[in-house]
Amino acid sequence: MAVTTGTTLDARTLRADFPIFEQLIHDKPLAYLDSANSSQKPRQVIDAMSEFYETSYANVHRAVHVLGERATAGLEGAREKVRALLNAPDVREIVFVRNATEALNLVAYSWGGNNLGPGDAVVVTELEHHSNFVPWQYIAKRQGADFVMVPLDENNELDLSGLDQIARDFNVKVVATNLVSNALGTIHDLGPLTRWAHEQGAIFVCDAAQAAPHMRVDVQALDCDFLAISGHKMCGPSGIGALWGRASLLQAMEPFLLGGHMINSVRYEKTTWGELPHKFEAGTSPIVEAYGLGCAVDYIEAAGLDAIEAHEHELVAYALGRLSEIPGITLYGPPADRRAGVVSFNLADIHPHDVAQILDRQGVAIRAGHHCCQPLMHKLGVAATNRASFYLYTLPEEIDQLADGLYTVRKVFA
Amino acid sequence: MNEFEQMYREVILDHYKNPRGHGVLEGADAEAEGQNPLCGDEVSIYVAFADDGETIEEVKFFGRGCAISQAATSMLTEMVQGRTATEVASLDKDELLDEIGIPLTPVRLKCAMLGLTTLKVALHKAKGTPLPRGLAGFDELELT
Repeated sequence: MAVTTGTTLDARTLRADFPIFEQLIHDKPLAYLDSANSSQKPRQVIDAMSEFYETSYANVHRAVHVLGERATAGLEGAREKVRALLNAPDVREIVFVRNATEALNLVAYSWGGNNLGPGDAVVVTELEHHSNFVPWQYIAKRQGADFVMVPLDENNELDLSGLDQIARDFNVKVVATNLVSNALGTIHDLGPLTRWAHEQGAIFVCDAAQAAPHMRVDVQALDCDFLAISGHKMCGPSGIGALWGRASLLQAMEPFLLGGHMINSVRYEKTTWGELPHKFEAGTSPIVEAYGLGCAVDYIEAAGLDAIEAHEHELVAYALGRLSEIPGITLYGPPADRRAGVVSFNLADIHPHDVAQILDRQGVAIRAGHHCCQPLMHKLGVAATNRASFYLYTLPEEIDQLADGLYTVRKVFA
Repeated sequence: MNEFEQMYREVILDHYKNPRGHGVLEGADAEAEGQNPLCGDEVSIYVAFADDGETIEEVKFFGRGCAISQAATSMLTEMVQGRTATEVASLDKDELLDEIGIPLTPVRLKCAMLGLTTLKVALHKAKGTPLPRGLAGFDELELT
């Protein structure tokens, strides 16, 4: 692959690493503008995982044979790569899970289920993915705690003006929000909210599933207490994600899933849990998936996270320019310099499913739907939006293909 | 435009833009609301029976959603008029699919079936007959 440094990125060269683009879709070049849904995978990750299966596969942590050692080294090596990516202080703080959704459920159940009670409150935002909304809504209700939503203002930015009132009305124990909105691409400045959370004595839970693929995420700089990522959105395989949590918090927590690898000793009278992070990794791990995530981290680090972020800002600026020329279009979200590679829009009153279907015929893949953000859709007053999203392999001509496709959609529905 | 005619036949676009039986029927003999959570499509269906309490005299629908869901429901209102509630409650979905006449992916099939499913629920509710398995929730509907 092309190793780039600084803030420039050669998307055309990187794109050659992705075998998915070596095909035509409906006899057209593929414009894959659905990376916020799930990213495509580079040959480096695909091949490394195949090779691991062919040369190094066995169960981890318990085999004394050489394959068991290799497999364990592969898994634990990946954990260290994720630690470094997130600038976490301690590798024991990295818990492998299936995806960010599972990471957030783990915190909601294991922390929330034991620390929330009547009179306490969980605060989320109107811009959350359901994965950082529903688990808290559910656990709060189950524990008899309150569930409070920070609203969006008329520009769909977080409206923090009501925080003082929330602090007066509730005993805030959890503040949970995303770093980058999957629906609008908004990159939040979480500083004020994090400081406020800690002033309340609350933990701050950050959903970084949409941030980690696109920008440098530093758990120490963010000063959060838990942070969740998904491998499949950052060039890694599906079925693997990670939770980072402060060691002191993780140590004090009850386990989430029980059995298998997470055990220290089992007697009829009593069972004790393993050390971090194993306490939270019940059953045989997604070994090769974790290894693949480590390879994906290598890949995006080599491309450069600052370069990826800059590339996406450029693409968003170009896309907003091209799309705003189209009659009848409504664009949602902040200016290009404050968003990751996401552009949500509606085209007149044409339903996003119809838009996406006609685009598909032209080789353009976008997401059409509520993006697991129904509270936001309700606020926008729409059932769904179209969403084009970009990544390190996205080229400006794919955005041209999208714009041309939207003119065709207009013709079909004229 | 030929390559898109396969997906959106003129008749579908016509039903979408000029839906038949669009509106609300006050004091309907049968009614139900249906939703497709995947894409946010919604449809409410109202049925008036003739004096025999069995023949479908009038069907109206109200909703929002994609062209396929709204056009299919519009076509359905014409298709079932004058037929009996019992017959329509167990209508073969292929009859509607033939009328729609375009190939549908599994996701779009759910859109196309929204109106028919909702109509069947309305008729079963009005007649007090048990909902067939799969009609209790749209998600559980088997659309193969």
